[in-house]
Amino acid sequence: MKILVGIKRVVDYNVRVRVLPDGSGVDIDGVKMSVNPFDEIALEEALRIREAGNADEVIVVSAGGDEVQQQLRTGLAMGADRAIQVKTGEPLQPLSVARAFLKVVEREGVELVLLGKQAIDDDNSQTAQMMAALWDRPQATFASEVKLDGGKAIVTREVDVGLETIEVDLPAVVSVDLRLNEPRFVKLPDIMKAKRKPLETVSLEDLGVAVEGNLEIGSYEPPQPREKGIMVEDAAQLVGELKNRGLL
Amino acid sequence: MNTILIIAEHDGRELNAATAKTLSCAGEIGGTIDIAVLGHGVAEVAAQAAALDGVSRVVTVDAEHLAKPLAANWATETVALAGDYSHVIGPSTTFGRDLMPRIAALLGANQVSDIMAVSGPRTFKRPVYAGNAIVEVTVAEESKVVATARAASWKAAGGGGSAAIESKPAVAGPAEHTRYIGLEIEGGERPDLQSAARVVAGGRALASEDQFALIYDFADKIGAGVGGTRAAVDAGYCPNDMQVGQTGKIIAPDLYFAFGISGAIQHVTGIKDAGTIVAVNKDPEAPIFEVADIGLVGDLFTVIPELESLLG
Ligand SMILES: Cc1cc2nc3c(=O)[nH]c(=O)nc-3n(C[C@H](O)[C@H](O)[C@H](O)COP(=O)(O)OP(=O)(O)OC[C@H]3O[C@@H](n4cnc5c(N)ncnc54)[C@H](O)[C@@H]3O)c2cc1C
Ligand SMILES: Nc1ncnc2c1ncn2[C@@H]1O[C@H](COP(=O)(O)O)[C@@H](O)[C@H]1O
Repeated sequence: MKILVGIKRVVDYNVRVRVLPDGSGVDIDGVKMSVNPFDEIALEEALRIREAGNADEVIVVSAGGDEVQQQLRTGLAMGADRAIQVKTGEPLQPLSVARAFLKVVEREGVELVLLGKQAIDDDNSQTAQMMAALWDRPQATFASEVKLDGGKAIVTREVDVGLETIEVDLPAVVSVDLRLNEPRFVKLPDIMKAKRKPLETVSLEDLGVAVEGNLEIGSYEPPQPREKGIMVEDAAQLVGELKNRGLL
Repeated sequence: MNTILIIAEHDGRELNAATAKTLSCAGEIGGTIDIAVLGHGVAEVAAQAAALDGVSRVVTVDAEHLAKPLAANWATETVALAGDYSHVIGPSTTFGRDLMPRIAALLGANQVSDIMAVSGPRTFKRPVYAGNAIVEVTVAEESKVVATARAASWKAAGGGGSAAIESKPAVAGPAEHTRYIGLEIEGGERPDLQSAARVVAGGRALASEDQFALIYDFADKIGAGVGGTRAAVDAGYCPNDMQVGQTGKIIAPDLYFAFGISGAIQHVTGIKDAGTIVAVNKDPEAPIFEVADIGLVGDLFTVIPELESLLG
């Protein structure tokens, strides 16, 4: 079985992102870029499935400019077998990413797709569900446990009221949540090894996918700042303050 | 004119509060608003939806295989209903986040996730980068608007309505490839985190599941819901459905207590809409104090018992 894992290049989660003064976007100049944290978890899960003997190959895929090769190399260093860059000049909207990845799935004969539950830049949380829809296959989103059992997967999902379990037949698309696993650290020798692993570049045209999107992205603005607060000295003052404000 | 279809979230007996909040978002867009109630044995839920203020019509699709909200089944039925509408909107709860993008893809549209403000019938504001930026997006004329409404940005619509209820047959049978196994509900008797007026939350500083009881006790004392940080959930101090933040629940209580929480951006984005934020942290430099309305530098293990005795 082949597993496909989406690896999105995003601004590192530790960076406090700032909106550009002209509102054209956020300032990513010189900012640290990383693999979307959820995608590391997805890849870790794929590697564990392969290591348990339930998959033959783990392929990482990313859509973007040549800079995404850096994150694909990270994926290879973690242990993916090979990488595919879907080369695009401009950022794709989720539906186009889903279409492009589905072409890769068809070409490679992938049976399990593992994506992050959301990319922490656009916070869209759409791509996995869209892939499943276009593929007419099951989706298991926000997974905190994935158990493979022959041709099916039993997936525990983190939902608002607790934990939901569903069973899906493969092929399927799973989107992963934070508590699925803890991704391994990359070791130096693995980084060297990763340089020799295959990284293929395909264009959207090669895949027969058009760059389109029904959303026009307008201007960015910073969030409304909260009013400056006060400090109190002790518990008694805190209670007094809350009572004064009619909150307790 | 806009014709808006809202997908109701419910558990078979009760309409989830997020539905009435989604209705407020739809009301801001304007036009005729219908609510789709999918499920099995949904008469009671449909009646609740029909009683919401501003609803023109409730459309039910009742079938055994729709009893649980499996996205594959629900998306097929929603798409069959969507033909008559310009907008299809769900709540941005885990229910809506699972279902709506599947609907969007089948309708050939990208989704507008987490609408926090409406600038025009097809133009919306939504948070990105963990709420560190707000972006305006416009949906092209030729496309349907498929969106989720960010619950914390909208007040629940009121009652007093009496919309007509119309039932439609399901257009498809169950998807063969997906089976529902079960649901482990973790919440107890406490107020629901997403709609509670008061929330008490604890972070890594609680240091154990046993000591997290301090948070539950104080919450019970003031009738609050309970939240936690990712660190607290990961460490097993509290269950996953209590995680507040970018990748947990986005909440807007009137009063929020953060005990032993550093204030990472991923956490703070989940509480930015709270009325009053109280932070207790022993580190005066903790970033949580930047967003707190009332801050107290101190040890939560002494402050919480003091608060309890002060409140009698
Ligand atoms: C992709 C991604 C998504 C994430 N999503 C979320 C999310 O949705 N929600 C979320 O919360 N986090 C999320 N995080 C994690 C986030 O970055 C922080 O790591 C987390 O919020 C920290 O939790 P904390 O404040 O409990 O712990 P810490 O950062 O360790 O803070 C503990 C605080 O307790 C204080 N303290 C210690 N002892 C005491 C005491 N006795 N009395 C008083 N104060 C004390 C310390 O001074 C410190 O400030 C996410 C991270 C990533 C990478
Ligand atoms: N451009 C991309 N390249 C690689 N993976 C992507 C890309 N966009 C989305 N994904 C995958 O889809 C997941 C969800 O993204 P989103 O729907 O944008 O929140 C991410 O965690 C990735 O696994």
